[in-house]
Amino acid sequence: MFRLFTKILSTGIVTERIKAPKDAELEQLGIEIKRHIDRRFSGSIAIRAVDAGSCNGCELEIHALNNPYYDIERFGIHFVASPRHADVLLVTGPVSRHMQTALLRTYQATPNPKWVVAVGDCAACGGEFGESYASCGAVSNVIPVDMTIPGCPPTPEVLMKGLLGLMKR
Amino acid sequence: MSNLNWTEIFGQAMDAAGVLIETQPATADHLSAWQIADRHWQKLAEVAMTHRLRWSAGWAEQGPEQFSVYVLFEKQGEYLQVRTSIDLNRAELPSQATVYPAANRSERHTQDMFGIKFAEHPDNRPWTRHKAWDKHQYPLRKAFAVQGQPEAITPPDLDYAFVKSHGAGTYEIPVGPIHAGIIEPGHFRFQAVGELILNLEERFGYTHKGIEKIAEGRTPESLARLAGRVSGDTTVGHAWAACKAMEQAANISIPPRAALLRGILAERERVANHLGDIGAICNDVAFTFAQIQFSRLREDWLRTQANIFGHRLLMDCIIPGGVKHDIGEADCDAFKADNVRLRKELSDIITTLDLNSSLEDRLYTAGFLSEDIAAAFGTLGYVGRASGQDFDVRRDAPYPPYDKVTVKVALENQGDIASRFWIRYKEIMASMKLIEQFMALLQAGEIATAWQIPAAGSSGLGIIDGWRGEIVSYVAFGSDNKISRFYPRDPSQLNWPALEKLVLNNIVPDFPVCNKSLNGSYSGNDL
Ligand code: SF4
Repeated sequence: MFRLFTKILSTGIVTERIKAPKDAELEQLGIEIKRHIDRRFSGSIAIRAVDAGSCNGCELEIHALNNPYYDIERFGIHFVASPRHADVLLVTGPVSRHMQTALLRTYQATPNPKWVVAVGDCAACGGEFGESYASCGAVSNVIPVDMTIPGCPPTPEVLMKGLLGLMKR
Repeated sequence: MSNLNWTEIFGQAMDAAGVLIETQPATADHLSAWQIADRHWQKLAEVAMTHRLRWSAGWAEQGPEQFSVYVLFEKQGEYLQVRTSIDLNRAELPSQATVYPAANRSERHTQDMFGIKFAEHPDNRPWTRHKAWDKHQYPLRKAFAVQGQPEAITPPDLDYAFVKSHGAGTYEIPVGPIHAGIIEPGHFRFQAVGELILNLEERFGYTHKGIEKIAEGRTPESLARLAGRVSGDTTVGHAWAACKAMEQAANISIPPRAALLRGILAERERVANHLGDIGAICNDVAFTFAQIQFSRLREDWLRTQANIFGHRLLMDCIIPGGVKHDIGEADCDAFKADNVRLRKELSDIITTLDLNSSLEDRLYTAGFLSEDIAAAFGTLGYVGRASGQDFDVRRDAPYPPYDKVTVKVALENQGDIASRFWIRYKEIMASMKLIEQFMALLQAGEIATAWQIPAAGSSGLGIIDGWRGEIVSYVAFGSDNKISRFYPRDPSQLNWPALEKLVLNNIVPDFPVCNKSLNGSYSGNDL
């Protein structure tokens, strides 16, 4: 126990400051926002991450949002286990046809008002996989999308900027 | 020497069994290639089993007049690829899954994708196919258009005949495709009594993106990019295996400096993933201290990669013929500094974990995978090595740059989650050493060889050790430098079935940590 507390103390706080992004910065990052999140939600956004067929690269970076450097929960953004508890669906991957119904049902299960963020090049435009017998391509081909965050995969910093940008106003 | 012997002795045994072998020119080191008649396909498996060959991979390819079906065996680091040909109109072959359980899902995949029937297969359910294409359509046949004829909305696959349980007090738990965490989709069907897992069945294919089909017609560079996305966490591993196969087909060898840089990339990828996994295993038994510490270490590690290679996960760093970025003195210093720092941190943290009794309580004896079962399924990488499977491509069938160093392979034989935890720790230590050895061997020189357009019909088989274990990548070229066939065999394809076994008699709440200890790739499995 003593070692454990020593390590915690000696590690200290590594969380980095991050500023809410300006519009120009979002544009530069290629982040497109069609509809912002209601002001009423600020300080508490519940996200349900849905992998609709990704290569798992995007998941690795979404995971990183919870590491102590980014600690996204400090902005009131937290990940939940059920779409029924979610305000935002964070969808990755080209939507594989085998996941199409599951994604539609997840969308339906999410209470209104809800927002959909397409994360990564695949989710934004089909990416390396595009549309085929097996893939529906971009998320917007399956459900309405409110924001796209490009990148293969987007870095945690870009993801964070995007989510903060979605919340501002 | 002894290696050569087994193929020879095995060949004699096949002869004695009345099987005519046509030996073919081998395209790589540690690899022999044979052709046999289709009617002997099962006999081949039977004799292979008595000679204790490991079933490694199986795939098919459509030629102008026939299907070629391939199987890859391995023993003592020596590989044997056997091919047979069957008529396009009589696409049927005796199953090898009757002999090798490892061949089970692979044959079902080939059946779904090519419409090749495996007679006497113990499980005739589809595997990769759900409802995105019709039962009588086969996406990897050349006549099948890449766009297919999908419905506007692909319905869910409700027909899959899961095993059912009967009896008082047993119940079923269906989980997925979408899981509670931030993880890939797949379905698990449990039969349980109280908290105890009686049976688990996996149903995958949800992330099937048609990788093999959309690979066709690509250029080598474009295939390398696609291979780097077969499984994002193994981007270096798959890109390397695919490039190795393409380089064989083109008959070029990469410069020594490029090989060393590939080695550094691959070992860094291994460390990054193991760091993530160790933290996640602890997190699944609610020990968040370790999760926070290891996710911090992983982040540090990735940031160095972003600085030096321009990509946190190292995507697109390996290209046909070599690597994309060179590194300088300062970069080597940064890698060395990373190692020094990580060793110091681990010595703090690991001792803390080792002394933690609640962690011990949850990880020891849980999720036990016996050596026998691990061997029967041909389990690979850290999963196999935690259950006594002493195999590593880097040591047993070394390829540049591993032929220049001594690769020490970590081994455990307790077969539980703790073993799979400790093996990762040992592999991190070993990888850091390898990175240092590779840096010491670096000499000035080229980092890529000029590409040569491969002759139409040439092919290659790239076999490397990714962070999850042996990756096999088959690539064939058509005319004009275009890919005609790509088949990547991720180690997950052989490791996933082991999960169905190692969860038995564990409690349902321990499933997440059992699963994490194996950490298979869904995307790499579903293609
Ligand atoms: S955007 Fe890139 S990392 Fe994300 S799922 Fe697609 S290929 Fe993988």
